[in-house]
Formats: sequence, C-alpha cells, structure tokens
Amino acid sequence: MEIFWFIVLMVMLGTYVILDGYDFGAGIVHLFFAKTEEEKKAVTNAIGPFWDANEVWLIAAGGVLFFAFPTLYASAFSGFYLPLMLVLWLLIFRAVGLELRGQVHNRMWEAIWDKAFGIASFLLALFFGAALGNVVRGVNLGMVENGVSTQEAHYFFLALWNPTFDPLAEHQGVIDWFTLLLGLVAVITLTIHGANWIILKTSTDLNQRLKKVIFKLNFVLLALVVTSACLWHYVKPFPLNNLQTHYWLWIFPVIGAVGLIGLFRINKFKKDSTGFLFSSMFIFGSFATTIASMFPNLLPSTNGVNPSLTVQNVAAHEYGLSVGLGWFIVAAILVVVYFVIQFRVFKGKMDDVGYGEH
Amino acid sequence: MIVYFKWKFLRTKNDDYNNVSKFWMKIFALNFAMGVVTGIPMEFQFGTNWAKFSELTGGIIGQTLAMEGMFSFFLESSFLGMFLFGEKLLGQKLHFLSGLMVFLGSWASGFLIIATHSWMQHPVGYEILENGKFVLNNFSALFNNPWLWPSYLHNQAGSLVTSSFFVAAVGAFYLLSNKHSRFGKIFVKSGVVFGVISSVMLAFPTGDWAAKNVVKHQPVTFAAMEGIFDTEKGGSEIILIGQPDMENKKLDNKIAVPNVLSFLTYQRWDAEIKGLNEFDESIHPTNVPGLYYGYHIMVGLGTIFIGIMVLAAFLLWKGRLYKTKWLLWILMFMIPFPYIANTAGWYTAELGRQPWLVYNLMRMVDGVSPTVSSGNTLFTLLGFVGLYLLLGLLFLLLVLKIIRKGPEAKMTLK
Repeated sequence: MEIFWFIVLMVMLGTYVILDGYDFGAGIVHLFFAKTEEEKKAVTNAIGPFWDANEVWLIAAGGVLFFAFPTLYASAFSGFYLPLMLVLWLLIFRAVGLELRGQVHNRMWEAIWDKAFGIASFLLALFFGAALGNVVRGVNLGMVENGVSTQEAHYFFLALWNPTFDPLAEHQGVIDWFTLLLGLVAVITLTIHGANWIILKTSTDLNQRLKKVIFKLNFVLLALVVTSACLWHYVKPFPLNNLQTHYWLWIFPVIGAVGLIGLFRINKFKKDSTGFLFSSMFIFGSFATTIASMFPNLLPSTNGVNPSLTVQNVAAHEYGLSVGLGWFIVAAILVVVYFVIQFRVFKGKMDDVGYGEH
Repeated sequence: MIVYFKWKFLRTKNDDYNNVSKFWMKIFALNFAMGVVTGIPMEFQFGTNWAKFSELTGGIIGQTLAMEGMFSFFLESSFLGMFLFGEKLLGQKLHFLSGLMVFLGSWASGFLIIATHSWMQHPVGYEILENGKFVLNNFSALFNNPWLWPSYLHNQAGSLVTSSFFVAAVGAFYLLSNKHSRFGKIFVKSGVVFGVISSVMLAFPTGDWAAKNVVKHQPVTFAAMEGIFDTEKGGSEIILIGQPDMENKKLDNKIAVPNVLSFLTYQRWDAEIKGLNEFDESIHPTNVPGLYYGYHIMVGLGTIFIGIMVLAAFLLWKGRLYKTKWLLWILMFMIPFPYIANTAGWYTAELGRQPWLVYNLMRMVDGVSPTVSSGNTLFTLLGFVGLYLLLGLLFLLLVLKIIRKGPEAKMTLK
C-alpha cells in the first residue's frame, strides 16, 4: 500500500515540476529575453490562466505527503525550515508580481512587478534544483556528533550553508557546490522548458529568438548534465545499483536522453508543440531516474548511526492508507476531467487573452 | 453572491447584473490571489513549525487536509481561470457554471478545514499506538463529528455576513457620494437581503449550536468564555461587560443579567453552570482574558449586526432605505467590523482549546518542531509580518481603486 502512495506522490511531484516548471521558465525568459511590452505581454498571456492551477499540484502533493508519510513530512519540513520559508516568500512574490502588474498603468509600477516576477521565478528554479540535490545527498539525521545522536533519530535541522560549501561535511548546508550545480541544471532546464511553452502558446517575434536561445542553452545543459552525473557518483557512490538489478528502469534515463538530444533539432520542428514535448520528456526522464536510483530511500542518512528514511519506515498506518484510496480515486478522476476541460477551453494560442488587464 | 448576480443576469438579461458580477469578480480575483499565497504557508507550517504534532497525528488530520487539496483546490483553481478569462470562449451559461464550480470548491475547502479543526477540538475515530502515534480507525467518524456541522455552518454564516456587509457598504458609499447610484441601489439591496438572513443565522441556530457543543464537551472553556468564575446556585447570570481579574479570580465592573445564561444554555432559568474555579488550574485555558474578550467581542458585534441589518431590511421593505442617510452612513462604516468579529471568533476557538493541541490528549508544547530554534522562528515571523503588511496595504489600495472606478468602467475581461 505504501508503494502505491509513493508512486502517487512522485507522479504528483513530477507533474508539478513539468507544469509549474514552465511557469518558472517563462519567468526567466521574461527576465532575460522579453524586451518589448508586446513580448512581455506574450509571456504573461502564455501562463496567465494556468499558473495558479499548476501551483495547486505542489499544495496537493504536500497534502498527500502529509497524509501518507507523516514522519517524512514532519522531519523534512522542520529540517529544511529555512529554505522552505524562502521558497514560500518567493512563491508569494512570483504570484503577486504576476497578478498586480496589470492593475496600475504606470511604468515604475510595472517595472517593479516585472522584476519581482522574473527574479522570483529564477530563484525558485534554482532552489527546487538545489532541493533535489539535498535529497540526493542526504542529511545528518538525528544530528549525530561524535557518533551520538543529539536529536530523535529522524529529526535534523539544516543551516543555509556551511563555511566550506562541502557536501561531504558532517553538518551539511542547504547550499553547497553540489546542490548549487543541480540548481543550475534546473535553471537551464526550465528556461528551455518555459521557452518551449511560450513558443507553443503565443506567436510574437520573440519565438524565433527563443528557438536560437534553446539551441545554444541545450549545449550548456548537456555539459552540465554530464558533469553533475560524474560528481553525483563522487557524492553518493554507486547511484545506479537499482538500475543494474531492474533492467526495465533503464527506460527512464533513455526517455530523458531522447528529450535532451531531440531538442538540438529545435529549428527543424514543424509543429510548435514538439519542443515542449521533448523538454517535458527530459524533465520526466531525469526526475524518474533520480527517484528510481534512490528507491526505497526517501531521505538518505549521511551518518552510520541512524537509518535513512525509507518508503516503509515513514508511512502512515495501514487503515488510513486504505481508506484514502477510495476518495483518492474519485478525486483523481475529477482532477483529470478538470484538466481536460481547462485545456480544451484554453487550447491554441493565447495572444489575446488579455491577462492582467482586468 | 457573485454567482447570484450572474444568475440574476441570466434570468433577467439585464446587463447591469452582469457588470455587477464582473465588478465583484475583480475584487474576488484579488482576494483569491491573496488567499492562495497566504494559504500555502499555513499548509507548510504544519510540518515546519509543528513537526511533532504532524508526525503523531498526520495519519488523521493528513487525511482531511489531503482531501482538501485533491477535491477543492483543483476544483477552485481550474475553474477560476475559466471564470476570469473564459467568458467569451465559454458563452454565458457555461461561464455561470464555472462560477458555480469555484463556489463549490471554496465551500468544500471550508468544510474539510473545519473537519480538521473539529478533530482537534473533539477527537474521534482514533486510537493511540504504543509509540504515541494517533491512527485512524474510523473514517466516517471524522465527518459525523458532533463538532463539525455547527462550526461549519457558523463559519460559513460568518463569511456570508462579511461579504453582505462589504457589498452593502460599497453600495452605501455610491449612494452617499452620488456616484454610480444605479449600482449602489443593487448593492445595498442585495447586501441587506443576504445580510439580514445570514446575521440572524449566525446567532441562531448556528451560534447557539456551537456554544452548546462547547458546554457539553469543553465546560471549562465555556466558563472562561462567559467569564464565570464561581458556580452559582439557582442559575448563572449572563455577562455583558466586565474585566476579568486573574489574580483574584473574579470579574470587575460587570454588567450582567441574572439567570439568562442558564436559560440560553439549558432552557431552564435555574440550571447550574460550572464556574472556572471548579476546575483544576492545570486545565484552565492558557489565556483566560484573551478568550473572554475574543468571545464577547464576537457576540457583541454579532448582536449589533443583527440590529442594523433588521432595521435596514425593514426600511428597505418600506422603500425608504435609499433615502435614510444616517443608516447608509452606518452601513458604510461597518466595513471592518465583520472582519474583526470573524477574527475574534477564531481567537475564541483557538484560545479555548489551549493548553491543548488535540483536546485532552496532546498539549501545545508537545507538538512543536524539536529542531527549529526560537531564533529561526522569530526570523521567519518577522519576515511574514513585513510581507503581509506590504500585501495588505497593496490589497487595500487596489480594492479602493476598483471601487472608485465603479462597475460601469470598461470591464472587458476579453
């Protein structure tokens, strides 16, 4: 039963990354590449009616985490206290920037909220990448010092950084060179992803420029992915054990690779949706590969004293999980229905939605 | 109410109502955006600041909270996008339907939140394992909780009162300043009609039910709410005004009506109500004066709401309300008070439960995050205070701007 909820949780998180990921990407594009008022409008129109429904995936995933794996929820949310608060503040600025910009027609007002939206999106992408890095690297569960736990076995607290930015130090920080690298991977990935979404949803001159940007960034991304894969092995040796015992899991890295390589043909795609499809494949593939290689660990322990948090040892009680299945299936069907309706209503290009003009 | 305006437009084909509906939609959209961004921190907070509580009770309250995420948040947010941007794409009927969906979603959300809250006030359907974890053993008990329906209806009546007063106040402002008077009349009329119904319901039956629940399940909380220190033979008086003196365990300068409290509570003039001094001090609510004032502010304001709305409804029925300037002034200046009453009500509910986090089972101090230091929580608290002040100011500014422009302004949500 807990395996089922684990898959549910991961699918929801993955969906969140792909959906809100393009919103962050669009924010980054807005910050660096959209020059004219028309282009900026195009970017906000492309994500306007979607971003808040996309953010719901994060909230709902949080709810499912709380319900199915309460111990992990309690441990991780209190341990990653500071970065989570920063993420909350950034989410607020992103939303407020988007919503308030069009409320007053004044250059300075618009400039302030443009920057709030863009910078918050950029930092969110960086933080979510770094968050993945933290989970992969693991934390000092129980805050062990000299071989003795100073806290209960599944609690910890992470400073934002330690003096050396070293992922292998006894007391890790949220930001070290490894998590920063993964943050950078996330920024580049989501920039490409967001640009693809804008190409799909709008039709201004910006799109031709974005295709060139995607082509160039894709080289950077390829280099970063190779580098981080090697360093991954240095931080957490033998990440591929699961894949060596279960050959079918190789499907995930293959999907990711196809997505990444395919994007080099960005200038030759006939349909505007192809690019978005490929960047989604890359995100899905790399996300799923990470999870598959960690399973059954959810949050590894970096000391020898306390065990890692796994799918089994943090799950809620059997009865609750089974009852939950009933309402969850109903709710999941409804969610799919909403999304089909939403995408049918807002299909095609969004150039004249007039987002933010209300 | 927006849904009501839209429905009225569909029925009457009077464009005024559609403009009215769009006007409130703009304010609602702002409200919603603010609600979403300030609501997410609350969900995070369970884990960040109340980790021990989340770990031990997550199997139960996680259930209702996850349901809220899956059932209501998706419903609200998907259809809100359509409601705000899809009028042309959807056509009028479907547009109305999407509004209805948003309404359903938010009311479902309220229900599930109150279900969570009710479990903390009056835990049901659980067992406690040896390791201290609370596990669910009866799902339907969560929704048959006697605490749930009274609190939910009381809460929703409160929110309806707030929006009625808000709508009526904006209408009164338009009438008094002779701007957009046609819309002013619509606002005042619908605000008063909704307002009179909801403010009466706020007291009876919903407030009455909620209070009787407290007497039955948390008698010590009730005594503190009402400011009753000593048990009185032959029936308790109802306190209207007075200041609790915690050192001497008595109430100063009180104005009270004999025996009414006994009657309201048990329908008998001489029924005995247990005073605070009868209970052991270790289970007294942590902040008795706060609880007492929260409750009295809520009830006092609620009574004033009924008075104003009944009077306004009477004049409306006689056709004299739009010309009775002094009452319009009152309606306009009432704007902040429903918010104050709502907040006081939540204070009452939360302070009333303390020192318990889960009533009678888990104390507040046992629920906090073991590894988060007070320096860190102060840092984030200050951050939130600053951020919310900024948001609050911006929100007020923009709502005032929308109101100034009025419903006739170009309102195309293309």
